[in-house]
Amino acid sequence: MNELAITVIGRDRPGIVADVAEALARLGANLTDSTMTRLRGHFAMTLICVGPAAADVEAALAPLAAEGKLLATVRAVTPDGETEPTGEPYVLAVHGADRMGIVAAMTRVLADAGGNVTDLSTRLTGSLYVVVAEVELPPGTADEVAGRLARTAADLDVGVSLRPADTDLL
Amino acid sequence: MTAEEYAGLGGWTPEKLGLPGAVRAVVAAPDPVLSRPGPAVDPTSAEVVQLAADLVATMRVSPGCVGLAAPQVGVSAQVFAVDVTGHPKAVTVHGAFVLCNATVVEASRWKAGREGCMSVPDLTGDVKRASRLVVEGVLPGSGDPVRLVTDGFEARALQHEIDHCAGLLFLDRVAGAHAVYQRKVYL
Repeated sequence: MNELAITVIGRDRPGIVADVAEALARLGANLTDSTMTRLRGHFAMTLICVGPAAADVEAALAPLAAEGKLLATVRAVTPDGETEPTGEPYVLAVHGADRMGIVAAMTRVLADAGGNVTDLSTRLTGSLYVVVAEVELPPGTADEVAGRLARTAADLDVGVSLRPADTDLL
Repeated sequence: MTAEEYAGLGGWTPEKLGLPGAVRAVVAAPDPVLSRPGPAVDPTSAEVVQLAADLVATMRVSPGCVGLAAPQVGVSAQVFAVDVTGHPKAVTVHGAFVLCNATVVEASRWKAGREGCMSVPDLTGDVKRASRLVVEGVLPGSGDPVRLVTDGFEARALQHEIDHCAGLLFLDRVAGAHAVYQRKVYL
């Protein structure tokens, strides 16, 4: 079974999801995990689907991209199955005045500690920049990572917090 | 609201401050005052009494505002006003009050809920807060100690304001990468 990684991005308008999903459905492609969201007026879809060949999906999406309003990419990927958690789940929040390199510096601290970012979103509103990341940290490293994050945040003049993610099962 | 809970404030109202409040300008993130832990204050000082009156006045003229902390008017200090009167989500309601040097002494029954903030006007976020809360602090003016037992939305408001006094925004407590939302404005 082919597994495909597909991205579609374009200026937001009603019907982008319906158009793309319809094209995939006609090919018998099964949508598995995806995120679809609006980013500053652009609509961005990142999705994994299984079924058809990459070339068929590219051809099916071509008419949507033809007017230059949507940019679509299709890649065949190797199915790895579910990734097992590699550490303890934490939520990192950073906020402060927008400047270059906030995400780069903060995620470098996480990477150097062996932390794995599993989800991250950023928002710029006025001059306020907000980063929220979910990260798996190697067991027992959170206090040290928090200290390094605080020092890096101080250099950038932004606020930072690192808290255990809520893992309650209800 | 039970008589016992109301006794928590000893019948205190903002009128007991004895002076009119002035409306102050509300600062927005990323103003650094919002990320700085505020010092404890002398609740009997004239400066703090005026600040308390100003926080109430500013809260009252701000639509939808149920609480306002000193850092939000640019003053790094452990003082805040709360008033959830009439809010549809409120259960226990202590009316309008101001607390200085407040701390959470008991917190339980944590629940997630959506929060906004006058100092983060364009965003909201999902934050877990205790829905049963005991807070201790002192009243501006008299300096009398108070112990408030509350719940639900008033408990959430108190935790949000106590966080402000400690230099924390709701953004520091959001549940995850998809728990921050652009505030919706419908035309």
